[in-house]
Amino acid sequence: MTIYYSEDHEWINVEGSIGTVGITEYAQNALGDIVFVEVPEVGDEFAKGDEVSVVESVKAASEIYSPVTGEITAVNEDLEENAALVNSSPDGDGWFFKVTVSNKDELEELMDAGDYKTFIAGLE
Amino acid sequence: MGEQDRNSLKTPLYSLHEELGGKMVPFANYLMPVQYPLGVMAEHKHTREHAGLFDVSHMGQVVITGDGADVWLETLVPGNIIDLKPGRIRYTMFTNEDGGILDDLMITKRDNDMFMVVNAACKEQDIAHMRAHLPDHLKLNELTDRALIALQGPMAATVISRFASEAKEQNFMSYLEAKIDGVTCFISRCGYTGEDGHEISIPADRAEDICRLLLSEPEVEVIGLGARDSLRLEAGLCLYGHDITVKTTPIEGALEWSIGKRRREQGGFPGADKILDQITNKNIKKRRVGILPDGRAPAREGTQVLDARDNVIGEITSGGFGPTFGGPIAMGYIKTEFSEKGTKVYLAVRKKKLEARVDIMPFVPQQYFRKH
Repeated sequence: MTIYYSEDHEWINVEGSIGTVGITEYAQNALGDIVFVEVPEVGDEFAKGDEVSVVESVKAASEIYSPVTGEITAVNEDLEENAALVNSSPDGDGWFFKVTVSNKDELEELMDAGDYKTFIAGLE
Repeated sequence: MGEQDRNSLKTPLYSLHEELGGKMVPFANYLMPVQYPLGVMAEHKHTREHAGLFDVSHMGQVVITGDGADVWLETLVPGNIIDLKPGRIRYTMFTNEDGGILDDLMITKRDNDMFMVVNAACKEQDIAHMRAHLPDHLKLNELTDRALIALQGPMAATVISRFASEAKEQNFMSYLEAKIDGVTCFISRCGYTGEDGHEISIPADRAEDICRLLLSEPEVEVIGLGARDSLRLEAGLCLYGHDITVKTTPIEGALEWSIGKRRREQGGFPGADKILDQITNKNIKKRRVGILPDGRAPAREGTQVLDARDNVIGEITSGGFGPTFGGPIAMGYIKTEFSEKGTKVYLAVRKKKLEARVDIMPFVPQQYFRKH
């Protein structure tokens, strides 16, 4: 398994042909207290870069873009009642959805953990 | 630092905000703290459960001096100002000839003058408006050398009475002057959270000292504008420029409670014909109401309100999540025929049509202090 990161602060943990997607610690911290997550539906198809989900903090709504092209195979239903999981465990229990990774080349356009760390250091 | 930041004004508490980790954002020409490290949710809950300290020095503090200042003010606002007793505060609004709201404000009758607090974004316009109508025998002074803070929450009065014992039994919507740490402060029992508490006007050069004193009390946390907004929304209080504007009258804005019997009978304020006609004949087309989404998704400002057949019947003017309420809350304008409590409506949120209900505000009970 390998974890990739997007410039929009999503992570995708790829195991075989399925990627689990969430937002990073940096993103949850920047968003503040998260009160609602709108997840896609199983079976929805998205192209890389499509708006796939919305995160609402007490302050504002933020769009989440699909880091790859694929079909949604599962969504985190716990977020419906407990969106704060994204704050407390952004890279664990606060995952958003699972998606098929149909084009592995798209992963090459994402960052690895080291590159992402450098990327966010440049945003400070 | 961006262009906007460089041109922004700073309150006398700016360096304290930075020291306390405030996230500074441009707001109404000022750089203001939107939140502190505690975060909006915890700051909000802390205020409802203990006491929160807010810097509201960006707001305008204005004094009108001269005989009959109260009589003159009634020519600009629909509130009953003449009959205010010295030391009492009234909420009212500047109206225009069309009955639209130019700003909402607090007016205090003091022994020798009238003290007003107006919104930051409107203060220049308000002062110009007043100066344009000001008779020669009255003087208008903006108190630019004073900071304004708010201490709000169930423990606020206990905390402030450690420094100014007079404030403890002070009635809601009353004013007094008392020394805190040796400096005379204007202490008003009012606020913008729905909680008990005070607003305190302090000479600018002592504001930081006094804030440090208050913050050293165990019940007090410093609170940013983010929580100030969610607190006032839960309390059903209007944010000028959003929930009330020049395009809404006090009656459409459900603020007729602020217009007393004598003013209704006599009129004599800008837009009186239209406003009084709206009171008498109840002929308004839209009304400000509370709107509660059935689900968990917040509906933000600008969200369209629809009926079952997708006709647009209103618009959300303030919406978000109520941390104490524990769910999404909103207020907005809706066609009068849909404004009754319990009416089922729909919210157009991101291509979806979410169910919601018209409700009465406040969304959390108000806790204002009244002497028994």
